[in-house]
Amino acid sequence: MKARRKLSFSALVYWSTIAFLFLPLAVLLVYSFNSSKSGTWTGFSLVWYEKLVFGSPELWKAFANSLVVALGSASAATLLGTLAAVGTNRFRFRGRAAVQALSFVPMILPEIVVGVSLLVFFAGVGLKLGMATVLIAHTTFNLPFVFLLVSARLEEFDSSIVEAARDLGANERQTLFRVIVPMALPGVASGFLTAVTLSLEDFVITFFVSGPGSTTLPLYIYSMIRFGVSPVINALSAVMVAGTIALVYPLRNFLKTFAAQS
Amino acid sequence: MSAKRNYGALYAAPQGLWLLAFFAAPLAIIVAYSFMRKGLYGGVTGELSLDAYRALANPSLLAVAARTLAVSLAATALTLLIALPCGYHIARSRNQALRLFLVIVPFWTNFLVRIYAWIAILGNEGFLNDFLRALGVVADPVQFLYNQWAVVLVLVYMYLPYAILPLFSTIDKFDFTLLEAARDLGATKPQAMGRVLLPNIQGGVVTAVLFTFIPIFGAYAVPLLVGGKDSYMLGNIIADQVTKTRNWPLASAISMTVTALTGVAALAFLYRSRKPAPAPLEGQGGAS
Repeated sequence: MKARRKLSFSALVYWSTIAFLFLPLAVLLVYSFNSSKSGTWTGFSLVWYEKLVFGSPELWKAFANSLVVALGSASAATLLGTLAAVGTNRFRFRGRAAVQALSFVPMILPEIVVGVSLLVFFAGVGLKLGMATVLIAHTTFNLPFVFLLVSARLEEFDSSIVEAARDLGANERQTLFRVIVPMALPGVASGFLTAVTLSLEDFVITFFVSGPGSTTLPLYIYSMIRFGVSPVINALSAVMVAGTIALVYPLRNFLKTFAAQS
Repeated sequence: MSAKRNYGALYAAPQGLWLLAFFAAPLAIIVAYSFMRKGLYGGVTGELSLDAYRALANPSLLAVAARTLAVSLAATALTLLIALPCGYHIARSRNQALRLFLVIVPFWTNFLVRIYAWIAILGNEGFLNDFLRALGVVADPVQFLYNQWAVVLVLVYMYLPYAILPLFSTIDKFDFTLLEAARDLGATKPQAMGRVLLPNIQGGVVTAVLFTFIPIFGAYAVPLLVGGKDSYMLGNIIADQVTKTRNWPLASAISMTVTALTGVAALAFLYRSRKPAPAPLEGQGGAS
């Protein structure tokens, strides 16, 4: 039964890896309840949570900015990306290959290059850095992911259904809204959610294209880290990890599809 | 296809134009700037020159480039070595959903929070030093942060899930009876793994390598926050040239180099993986 032994080796690596992945998060969680500012445990306290909720207006402003940017850029990217996916999936046309290539390249480019090129571009066209530039940048890096996820979904289903709809007299608009969009919906939804997540996560690109008043949550956390370890970040991190768990847990049965697409 | 009107270009135009304006044009500007001279107060003068590329040959810049490559290769290799057994374990497990869940939670936890967590652990007043002092192992805090090892450790931590997920989904499609067949035909366990499993999951390995190597090669935040001056990577040099020194031509030239190297690495890797697997298996798996 050597197969069992190999299995236990991979199980050992897997569980050690999980421990490695969760250890830092657990440390943050524990220390978020520490009453003192230092690394030494001095007793249980909720003081940092209190400070997080009531004493950090700038943090909440950054959080609001993050939400606006995430929802705005994800919506724009979902609209444009879905349309392009439908177009390239159903039709052959001049420039189709170019659209597909242009949608692929941003994903393999290092973030720093995207960020720097956008900064230089905004400076060149004279656009002042702020919410608008952050929204443009986020929509740009979200687009390829939406395009890819919706395209993958559209490729899965039988295109003869679309032709059948047309043959039965549906016009383009009816075909789009009654046949294609409902079928593509899971892809559109996962594209939108991926875009929201990527946008909430992004630090590097935002770092270059944000200006006064457009500080997002990751940028705010960054500035706090630069000032040294702050227990308020511990509390914030604990809340964010809990939020992630609350978000991922209901999706656990779809995670396999997610992994396959990532 | 019936002779209906072709709306393809119409559908694709908004995205195409958007990416042309906000992706292709900025990139073109970077390319152009890399061939120009630095302006007196930042920006560029219109003159064409190869100054920026000549400046790349600067020994200290070459040292950073070499370090970036070494750190990226080491972190990618380590990540892959850990991720392979993990992906295998999840694929063979009966409760895949739970095991994936445990990988995805840290993966979806905010990027900066995860970096910060390591600062809280490894810092001079961090958890680990506190623990060691409590045990009496050390008297003064040990400097765990701000060196090369911290950078590699945190990079591996950050990008492990990126490697585990594609490896899992490829291994999950693999037909495990082939392993049994190989064993029945006399292959040892490592032989069966190396010559039957590995060639059949090449696609996943390629994806995992690209998903880890590319972002690590362009890393900025991790070396900035947990590395010291002597563990700076190319990403940090680019950022400094843009925001501090305001030498845009040099920043552009380094960006071009990073892009070119990443592109070449990606293409070389994709090309290699296209070659037929050493042990093609009829009807099954295949490097998908």
